[in-house]
Amino acid sequence: MSILVDKNTKVIVQGITGHHGSFHTEKMLEYGTPLVAGVTPKKGGQKVHGVPVFETMKEAVDKTQANTSVIYVPAPFAVAAIREAVEAGIRLVVCITEGIPALDMARVKNWINTKKTQLIGPNCPGIITPNQCKVGIMPGYIHTPGPIGVISRSGTLTYEAVWQLTGLGLGQSTCVGIGGDPIVGTSFVDALKLFEKDPETKAIVMIGEIGGHGEEEAADYIEKYCTKPVVAFIAGANAPEGKRMGHAGAIISGGMGKAIDKINRLRQAGVTLAESPAVIGKTMQKVFQQGPSRKKTAVQS
Amino acid sequence: MNIHEYQAKEIFHRYAIPVNLGKIARSEKEAFDAAHGIEAGQPGCLFAVKAQVHAGGRGKGGGIKIRKNAGEVARAAAEMLGTRLVTPQSGSEGKPVDRVLIEGTSAIAKEYYASVVLDRSEIKPCLIVSEAGGMDIEEVAANEPEKILKQYFSLEEGLGSAEAEALARRIVKDKDHALIFSRIFQSLAKLFLELDASLVEVNPLAVLENGKVVAIDAKINFDVNALYRHPDIAALRDSRQEDPREVEAKKFDLSYVGLEGNIGCIVNGAGLAMATMDIVKYYGGEPANFLDVGGGANKDKVTAAFKIILRDPSVKAILVNIFGGIMRCDVVAEGILAAVSEVGVKVPLVVRLEGTNVKEGKEILKKSNLNIITASEFAEAAEKVVAAL
Repeated sequence: MSILVDKNTKVIVQGITGHHGSFHTEKMLEYGTPLVAGVTPKKGGQKVHGVPVFETMKEAVDKTQANTSVIYVPAPFAVAAIREAVEAGIRLVVCITEGIPALDMARVKNWINTKKTQLIGPNCPGIITPNQCKVGIMPGYIHTPGPIGVISRSGTLTYEAVWQLTGLGLGQSTCVGIGGDPIVGTSFVDALKLFEKDPETKAIVMIGEIGGHGEEEAADYIEKYCTKPVVAFIAGANAPEGKRMGHAGAIISGGMGKAIDKINRLRQAGVTLAESPAVIGKTMQKVFQQGPSRKKTAVQS
Repeated sequence: MNIHEYQAKEIFHRYAIPVNLGKIARSEKEAFDAAHGIEAGQPGCLFAVKAQVHAGGRGKGGGIKIRKNAGEVARAAAEMLGTRLVTPQSGSEGKPVDRVLIEGTSAIAKEYYASVVLDRSEIKPCLIVSEAGGMDIEEVAANEPEKILKQYFSLEEGLGSAEAEALARRIVKDKDHALIFSRIFQSLAKLFLELDASLVEVNPLAVLENGKVVAIDAKINFDVNALYRHPDIAALRDSRQEDPREVEAKKFDLSYVGLEGNIGCIVNGAGLAMATMDIVKYYGGEPANFLDVGGGANKDKVTAAFKIILRDPSVKAILVNIFGGIMRCDVVAEGILAAVSEVGVKVPLVVRLEGTNVKEGKEILKKSNLNIITASEFAEAAEKVVAAL
């Protein structure tokens, strides 16, 4: 089992004819992702790496019954692509695009909350269920199937953590990159809920960073409802206030969003913190060996 | 993106928020003339000479002076212009003062606070107001949280007049003033939404002794991701106020933040770059910078990254930490070699590559016969660079 994507997922690539779209289409196909269609306006009828291209999402969904889409469309057009996917009835939309204006994202997020679609991202590496389905830009080979669920706001730092886990023989159920923007479709709490419900996920790695309150909200959820052990690392303990650290969402402002506050709150909620980013895997190994069940009894949320 | 106070006031003026526009001066003579002109319309007034820099806490740093006449104004301006102003928020280098804003002042009866931000948890813009204006709002929030009021509003419709009036009446007793405040609140909300701001702040928003309401200070930050649709706002960028290394990095699409340590870091990905700073610190070192070369980094970008880092004289060692996903390790390795031979790296260089084509990458480094310390593990790399100092 896994969350959100597996071997039965049928994926459409939005922006398939672009540089990034085409490159990652090839990589996803190599991984064995069930990729059924691509969409680029005015480019219908072409094929990209053997994948048929359609003009609109509606047409692509009608023809292929796809349930998932991944967006490689440039920032000024990405929100329209998200809306088109939702309106075509797509269940899971993964938006890789970086640089979407925050207010646009806030508007589309409020709208999606009234729909059945789940959005992951934007500004994220995507989601992967090892050996089944890769929807995004992460290097596939670093992953291996297993019991650890991974949730992260980062790209390469997630690869680092996954590589550590794989090296220690700790495979992953699913890895979700929720994205580095201030407003994202899937929060830590949303992903934690899914992992909590997934019987194959036995423990969870959470990689946060400075900015916002997502990690604190995750701590509230874990404290109340999570029966599985959680290991976390929070990046940016040494980031200066008021500076955006690469990600649009990674900024300490008005004294809010500091790493130390997140770390303290998570620890208080019973989460085990990795002392350094080099020991995320080892910390999980230790926690995992102690046994998979947390001290408190399960409360269904 | 930040803009200057005087630019923010011009935008406020366009949105019918009452401000004292004052006059901008870039020289002693301009300051004298400005004060003279202001005096004609406001006889006997005191003058404020305000350094225009992208940093808060100007008052504490000596960047705001009150003066009695045009001669004094000109002298105060001359003292500020051409210097770097250090404030509690400017960093130790300070910010260059290229221009000052000269205003005729009026006696203030009471100071308030108002700002608009996007609340990331509620996914709604939020107007924050307080009757405790003119001081550090973070201190007010910590010590007297009951004095801070919040009103969320719709992204589509902005702040309604009924909501705005109700909020204004909670902090302003006088009915006429409350009405003026409510209009200002609506304008701040409108401006925030229309111009894709990330912060709009007025501190203080003052009621003067003559009964008028005026925004004494004005601060607007903009969402850089939305600047493509606001070319007029993008044109207000003053790159002299930014760290020159950050400006240079931006030209190559690199994300750079200068820090105070001596270990230069070159990393791909923002999260890994922050984590690299953290681990350097964990092993007893001090990072000199945050630098994310991004996903699609090529030889040029890596070379540019080395150049920017080596421009910092405090850098005594460099740590390159690349997890190749999209970015192949062999490409990075070639970039490193090109950079080292082009730029001439004289400080110890530790390189840790992992991920796609890592073998080929390591092979390239090995064959080069350059003095590069390699590391396989993340922790090992940090330990080695700290030891190399």
